[in-house]
Amino acid sequence: MRKLLWILVAIIGAFAVGGIAINRGETINAMWIVVAAVCVYALGYRFYSAWIAARVLTVDAMRATPAIRLNNGRDFVPTHKWIVFGHHFAAIAGPGPLIGPTLAAQFGYLPGTLWILVGAVLGGCVQDMTILFLSTRRNGRSLGQMAKEELGPIGGYAAMIGTLVIMIILIAVLGLVVVNAMRHSPWATSTVFATIPIAILIGLYLKNIRPGRVLEASLIGVALLLFAVAGGGWIDANPTIREWFNWDGPSLAWFVIGYGFIAAVLPVWLLLAPRDYLSTFLKLGTVFLLAIAVVIMSPEIKMPAVTQFIDGTGPIFGGKLFPFVFITIACGAISGFHALVSSGTTPKLISNEADVRLVGYGSMMLESGVAIMAMIAATLLDPGVYFAINSAPGVVGATAEAAVETISSWGFPVTVQQMNELAHAMGESTLFARTGGAPSLAVGMASIFSSAFGEGMLALWYHFAIMFEAVFILTTLDAGTRVGRFMLQDFLGHFWKPMGETSWYPSVLIASALIVAGWGYFLYIGVVDPNGGINILWPLFGISNQLLAGLALCIATGILVKQGKLKYAWVTGAPLAWLAIVTTTATWEKVVSPDVRVGFLAAADQLAARLAEGTLPPAQAAVAPQLIFNQRLDAVLAIILTLVLWVVIADTARVCWRVMKGLPVLPNSEAPATVVTVTETRITITETR
Amino acid sequence: MKIDLREWWSFVRRLATDDAYERYLEHHRQHHPNVPPLDRRTFYLREQQRKWSGVQRCC
Repeated sequence: MRKLLWILVAIIGAFAVGGIAINRGETINAMWIVVAAVCVYALGYRFYSAWIAARVLTVDAMRATPAIRLNNGRDFVPTHKWIVFGHHFAAIAGPGPLIGPTLAAQFGYLPGTLWILVGAVLGGCVQDMTILFLSTRRNGRSLGQMAKEELGPIGGYAAMIGTLVIMIILIAVLGLVVVNAMRHSPWATSTVFATIPIAILIGLYLKNIRPGRVLEASLIGVALLLFAVAGGGWIDANPTIREWFNWDGPSLAWFVIGYGFIAAVLPVWLLLAPRDYLSTFLKLGTVFLLAIAVVIMSPEIKMPAVTQFIDGTGPIFGGKLFPFVFITIACGAISGFHALVSSGTTPKLISNEADVRLVGYGSMMLESGVAIMAMIAATLLDPGVYFAINSAPGVVGATAEAAVETISSWGFPVTVQQMNELAHAMGESTLFARTGGAPSLAVGMASIFSSAFGEGMLALWYHFAIMFEAVFILTTLDAGTRVGRFMLQDFLGHFWKPMGETSWYPSVLIASALIVAGWGYFLYIGVVDPNGGINILWPLFGISNQLLAGLALCIATGILVKQGKLKYAWVTGAPLAWLAIVTTTATWEKVVSPDVRVGFLAAADQLAARLAEGTLPPAQAAVAPQLIFNQRLDAVLAIILTLVLWVVIADTARVCWRVMKGLPVLPNSEAPATVVTVTETRITITETR
Repeated sequence: MKIDLREWWSFVRRLATDDAYERYLEHHRQHHPNVPPLDRRTFYLREQQRKWSGVQRCC
C-alpha cells in the first residue's frame, strides 16, 4: 500500500515536471510548479535522504550526541527535532532565495525552477545534512576547524578567507537591494527607517521592562511594524513630510553604511537581537502566508518557459544560461553559507543523530520551496512589466519612453501608461529601473496577497513586502558585519595580541570600521553605477557562495574517503564537481569575456577608452575612474576566489590519494562513541517534551 | 483537546526561546544546586551575547 502511494507520487511528479517542461502555450498555472516541487521534495526526502542517512553517513540513533554528552543548559541542549528544525530554518532562510530566482527569471521560469529543484534535492540538502552530521559527530566543530583537522591547515585557511570574502560581498549586495528599494520612495524609506526605533524599543522592553519575554515583545513589535507600513502611506500623502524621506541612492548608501557600523558596535541586546526576533516572526509568518496565498490564488505564469536571453543578452545581468543561472540562484538550490550554520550552532542542539535528516535535509527543502515561491511571484507578472522594473537605465534607456520601446521590441509589450498605473496602485511615483529584485518581488507578492486576501490593498501589501525584505536584509547586514568583525579580530590578533580581544573597544571599533569599509565600498560603487550595480555584484556573490559550498563538499568528500567509503564519495563528490565546473566557467567568462556586459576587464577597458576619448557625459565621466578600478578589482577577486576553491580541491585530492595508497593522513577527529543508555534516553525524552 | 493546546503553546514558547529562563533554572537546579542562579535579566543579556558571537543568520 505504502509502495503504491509512492509510485503514485512519482507518477504525479513526473507528469507535473514534464508538464512545466514541455508547455509552450501562452500561460501555465503555477499549481503545476507547486505540484512538481512537492513531489520532487517528497521523493528526495523519502528515498535519497533516507539512503544517505543509512548507507553513506551510517547515522546511529543509539550514539550519544554532543547535546546529550555535554549538556550545559545553554549552547549544548538536547532539543526536540521540530524545535531544532524551526531554529535551523530561521537561521538559513534569508533574502537570498527570494532575490536569486527573481533575477534568474529573465531566462524564463523553466531553467531556474529545474535548477532549484534538482540543485536542492541532489546538492544543497545533501550538503546541509552531511555537514550537520559531520559537525554533530565532532562536538559541533565549525567548518573551518573541521577543514583544519581533517584535511590540514590549507583547508582551514581557505575556509577562513572564503567566509570573510563572501560575508563582505553578501552584505554589499544586500545593502544595494535595500537602497534600490528605498531610492526616491518616501513610503518605503520612512517604513524602513521606522523599523530601527521599533527594534530599539523592543530591545529596551526585553532588557528592562519584561526581561526575556520574547513572544509578547515580538507581538508588540510586529504590530508596530504593521502600523509603520500604514503610517508610511500617510507620510507619502503629505507633500511636506514626504520630502524628508525622499532620498537619492548615494545618500541612502551612506545611511546604510553608517547604520551598519553603529549596529555592529552597539550592544547586541539594543538593536541586533530585537530586530532579529521581529524579522524571524515576519519571515516565518510571511512564508506561511505566501504559500497559502499561492495555493488559493493559483496564478497564471505569464513569463515564457524559456526566453531569448539564454543567449547571454539579458537586460538584468549579462551572460548565457550556462553557467549563469547556476550562479544567480545559489540560495534555494545550494548555498555554501548554510554550511556555517550547520556546523556550529545547530549540531549542539541535536538530541539524536537520526534527526539530522529532518533538520539538515528538511530545512533546506523548505528553503528551496521559498525560492520556488519567489520564482512564481516573479513570473506571474507580465514579462514586459517584469523587465521594466528590473532593467537598469544604462541597459534599456534612461527615460520611460525609451525603456518601454526597448522592452517592447524584445517581444514583451509594455506601455508607459501601464507602468504608471501599476506604480500608482503600489503607492510609488515610478517602478521603472527599480533593480535588485526586491521591488519586482514585492509587486508579485502584493498581487498574490491582494487577490487572495482582498483587493484594493495593493499599496499596503507592496510596502509590507518591501518592509519584510528590508527587515531581514538589515538583520543579515548587522549580524554579518558582527561575524566579520570577530573573524578579523581573530586574524589581527595573530599579529598583535590586543586586537584579538573581542571586547576591547579600540579593537571593536577598528575591526568593525574595516569590515564596514569593505562592504561599504562595493555598495557605494554599486549605487553610482548607471548599469545598476546588481549585474556586477550578484554574480560575484553567487560565485563566492558556490565557492563556500565547494569547500564544504570538499571536506565532506575527504572525510567519506578517509572513513573507507570511497564507493559513496560521489554523493558529495558529484555536486562538488558540478560546482567546480560552474564557478570556474563563470569566473573565466567574468574575467576574459569580450562582451562588456559579461567580462569585467572588457567593461573596464571600454569605459577607459571612452573616458580617454571624452565621449562620456560629464556625470558618468566623474564616476568612471572608480568604476574602471572596481571592475578590475572584481576580476582579481573572482580569480582569487576560484583559486582558493581549486587549492582546496587539490588538497582534498591529495588526502584521498594518500588514503588509497595506504599512506598516513590526519586522524579521524570524531568524538569517541558513547551509547545512550536506556535511562538516559528516558531522561532526554522527558527533557525535550 | 486541552492538553493538546497546552503542548502546542509550550512548543511555540520553546521555538521562540520564550521559556529559556525557566529551562535554565530547571537545569541549574539539577546540576548546580548549591550555586545561586542568575536573575532573569542577567541571564537574558548573557544569552544574547553568546548567541550573537557566531554565525546565526544566513543570506
